[in-house]
Amino acid sequence: MDISQSFAAAIGLILGGDPAFLAIVGLSLTVTLSAVAIAALIGLPLGALLALARFPGRGAVIVLVNALMGLPPVVAGLLVFLLLSRSGPLGPLGLLFTPTAMVAAQTLLVLPIVIAITRQLTEDLHGEYREHLASIGLTGISAIPTLLWDGRFALATAILAGFGRASAEVGAVLIVGGNIAGYTRTMTTAIALETSKGDLPLALGLGIVLILLTLAINAVTYGASRVGARFAG
Amino acid sequence: MRDTLSVLPLTVTDLVFAAGGRPLVDGIGFTLPKGGLTVLIGPNGSGKSLTLRLCHGLLTPTSGVVSWAAADGVVGGVKRHAMVFQKPVMLRRSARANMLHALAAFGLSRSERATRCAEALERFGLAGLAERPARLMSGGEQQRLAIARAWALRPQVLFLDEPTSQLDPGATRQIEEMLMALRGEGMTLVMATHDMGQARRLADRVLFLNRGRLGEDAAAAPFFAGPASPEARAFIAGDLVW
Repeated sequence: MDISQSFAAAIGLILGGDPAFLAIVGLSLTVTLSAVAIAALIGLPLGALLALARFPGRGAVIVLVNALMGLPPVVAGLLVFLLLSRSGPLGPLGLLFTPTAMVAAQTLLVLPIVIAITRQLTEDLHGEYREHLASIGLTGISAIPTLLWDGRFALATAILAGFGRASAEVGAVLIVGGNIAGYTRTMTTAIALETSKGDLPLALGLGIVLILLTLAINAVTYGASRVGARFAG
Repeated sequence: MRDTLSVLPLTVTDLVFAAGGRPLVDGIGFTLPKGGLTVLIGPNGSGKSLTLRLCHGLLTPTSGVVSWAAADGVVGGVKRHAMVFQKPVMLRRSARANMLHALAAFGLSRSERATRCAEALERFGLAGLAERPARLMSGGEQQRLAIARAWALRPQVLFLDEPTSQLDPGATRQIEEMLMALRGEGMTLVMATHDMGQARRLADRVLFLNRGRLGEDAAAAPFFAGPASPEARAFIAGDLVW
């Protein structure tokens, strides 16, 4: 099969609504969206706290979190693997090679992005708002809800960046998920496998979906920043 | 309203605020009784803004005392002094939401917030701009909103840090008229400015600050007729020449 034939077959897969194909896309989205939701739930307040808190070693924590934004997915996968493997501390839960393990690994990848960007945005915003907020009695952590709400459009960008990273990575989900057909096979792990097996239509089809997804994320990001600009002036 | 309980007089004693070992506010003392508009005037860096912030509790004095008739200027759990800044701090929300946010921070009930918000928007001519994102309003409108937002909190004392220094003459006049009206209603106003014309137009009392020290504390009329201290004379003269 040459490239153009593969391409045509790939389009056919996407439009045909093949159940196995849809299952892979569905699992990918479920895992990544869950990881992003958990990371946002933890990372937004934690990032804001890091922005406002003053404690010894704060600078080191900020550097560490910023550095973790570049954590290689395979290393994140390895860490979660060690935790969940039969001899690991969480081994008895029996979570290795399940979608739950994949969510955990991707959360680990997204969390530093959300914390680091939230910290930076909140700190800048707080610099601008601090005196007014203190004047009306919102000092310390009581300022956090205001800051997160007013930074919502910029923070949406942070979360979408996390989504982009998680949806594109293959290393972490491969290690802790195991790429089991119909159970833990995601778009990226399937592409890696199918390409090496020579099933180019499936790999290409999934690749096209991934690219469309990335486009959609960027469109939403752009939209969020435009809407944000209307309020931010 | 339980305005019978006053946070005034405010007594400031030997106020010192130092940064990097250098006293920026150096032994300032004065008493602020109820009513009137007191102007803090002096050159840049004389400590006007710092003094306001120390009084309002945004900064902690290095030494000295800021003493309200009611502890911290709080009566019945409600802070009764507010502040308006040189560059108005506008949240990234509509004018109305800016107002509601401050009222919510004061712990008011939803219905009370709505009532006071509508009242303040109306009074300061902002009703037509209520849904406009605050940061897209003009400088004059923003400062008007900042004053309305502070007013809605029903302060007995309003601190203003050069509220018109970034505004055009028209907007400045509007703000000045509002301040005169507030004073007329019995609100006590303390304003920092380096605009001599404005001080002449508005002040009942002048605190002249120079290099962190209180150079002169006088009623406005005699101060502008002829300041007692050579520094104040030089400041006024310099201003006239300029």
